[in-house]
Amino acid sequence: MIRVAGLTRSFGAVRAITDVSFTAADGRITGLLGPNGAGKSTTLRVLYTVLRPDAGSAVVDDIDVVASPLLARRAIGVLPHAAGIYPQLTASENIAWFGALHGLTGAALRRRVDELISVLDISEFATRRAKGFSQGQRVKVALARALIHSPRNLLLDEPSNGLDVMATRSLRELIRGLRAAGHCVLFSSHVMQEVAALCDDIVIIDHGRVVAAGTPIELQRRFGSATLEDAFVAAIGDARGLA
Amino acid sequence: MSGTIGIVLLKELREALRDRRTLLTSLVLGPLLGPVFFVLVLKLALEQSVETLDEAVPVTVANAGAAPNLVQHLRQSGLAVTLRDGSDIEIRDWITAAPELVVVRVSEAYAARFQSAEPAVVMIYADGSRARAERRARRVQEVIDGWSALIGALRLQARGVVPTVTHAVIVDSIDVSTPSARAALLLGMLSYLILVITLVGGLYLAIDATAGERERGSLEALLTVPVPRERLIYGKVLAAAVMMGLALALVTVTIMAALRWMPLESLGMSANFGPAVAASVFLVTLPFALVGAGLLTVVASFTRSYKEAQSWLGIVMLVPTLPIAIAGVLAVKASAPLMLVPSLSQHLVIQGLMRGESMPAAWLALSAGSTLALGLALTWLAGRLYQREAILGG
Repeated sequence: MIRVAGLTRSFGAVRAITDVSFTAADGRITGLLGPNGAGKSTTLRVLYTVLRPDAGSAVVDDIDVVASPLLARRAIGVLPHAAGIYPQLTASENIAWFGALHGLTGAALRRRVDELISVLDISEFATRRAKGFSQGQRVKVALARALIHSPRNLLLDEPSNGLDVMATRSLRELIRGLRAAGHCVLFSSHVMQEVAALCDDIVIIDHGRVVAAGTPIELQRRFGSATLEDAFVAAIGDARGLA
Repeated sequence: MSGTIGIVLLKELREALRDRRTLLTSLVLGPLLGPVFFVLVLKLALEQSVETLDEAVPVTVANAGAAPNLVQHLRQSGLAVTLRDGSDIEIRDWITAAPELVVVRVSEAYAARFQSAEPAVVMIYADGSRARAERRARRVQEVIDGWSALIGALRLQARGVVPTVTHAVIVDSIDVSTPSARAALLLGMLSYLILVITLVGGLYLAIDATAGERERGSLEALLTVPVPRERLIYGKVLAAAVMMGLALALVTVTIMAALRWMPLESLGMSANFGPAVAASVFLVTLPFALVGAGLLTVVASFTRSYKEAQSWLGIVMLVPTLPIAIAGVLAVKASAPLMLVPSLSQHLVIQGLMRGESMPAAWLALSAGSTLALGLALTWLAGRLYQREAILGG
């Protein structure tokens, strides 16, 4: 459960986000949809505690991320925009290292790594060094790394970036699986179809502000549009960012 | 969670040791080849000086029959004389075939002119463009000049004149820049070499763990683990320090082995670099690894990319060597206050150890203490810098 209220953050003279508020519920997939530079990544970065907001609050499972960042990090799994992994470590070592940093040790750590390797279908390349991995393989490892401590909440920043069709499909399956397991999934995307295919709730962001939020059906009804795409265009006022 | 620093340390080392390029630049090129190259240069300098002092300069004398006394004098002066008759043209051919050959040709009229106390002519043939031939020719000329002066003096005496009247002024030139002094200077650069190679040992890891991590995009994910950021960075600084320690251990062992090949004793010089001194050099320099690792990490944390970090750190590498350079120019002697200057204190202690001097224990403690203090301060600063949001570089 993620609750964001009145979040505002500037970089120098540039207002990145202004008064952003929304809720992402457990057992649902919430999509942050908006054109490039709309403020999606800034919102997520505040949520996963690497940026501090100028104003507003962000709460994950009743933990205030600004006041208790270390505690909040235990409750979230993060796939940042640039999900780089360590080229000299194997896939399973990459995952295990994050587990160790989360305090997992010994048999418990090994068990959890093996579990994720099988769930995310990594076994084929688990013992290979990550140097020559494809983007799809890298995202899988980064996702396993984000899930290592079994967090209730997942923050994914443009997870399907650079993935081919098959990898995108398997990623969607994974995200649906996480929803079925009761996780709260919040992901950002500038790709309309991506959000339409996956999300239960959609938060449309433009110029750092939330311009509309609701289920796909609600949004279509609100903007009197036949499709979600039309609703999106109506919400942000033009056709920017449509993939 | 204090084990986190150890977890980070092990992971960074594992990565570094798996990367062949890192190993090559950090632990092979510097620590192994550095001293070897250094010793080669030193050996060259020494061999030249040994040669100048001791070499029996070989000289070939043509038409020796005309000047038996001169030949005898050459032999008595320690030259290795070979007799071989040949004309001017033949001698030139000899030298073309063997460029370092020095030939003295006694002129045909020598015997007659010598008998009648007229200037008798000998010619010295040598290839002046060859440093060694030039040096030998000079030596031969000196010996012949000496002979000429001696005979001249005897002639004057025979005529009842005191020979010294012909010497109005005597010049005694003293060359202080002998090759052996140059070798001693080179040996003095050993401590400089040790410090630089130690720094290079951790350079790659320091860049990779900071700027490299940011460039690869793994930093942001790392900063979302429930570990205070300074612990992550302490682990990274420590890993760089361990690499530097490895490089330091390797370089001291290599130097110890390499110096055995040096003809130092033949010059009356000695480099005191046995196992005991090598171990002391290692221990004295080890705290410096923390300073190096801290400094490189602090600087690398300001850079945005791998390339930028590399160019910056190239400059920063010179900083710890500055005190040594300044001290070298000012020719300072080791003293307690200087033990408070990291890098300089290591330099002075290593120099002292190599000269076989005993260092006061208090000095060693000052050196280690001040160096560790600076290292810890830099490590703390690196931790502070990683608290900044700008560290993401986005």
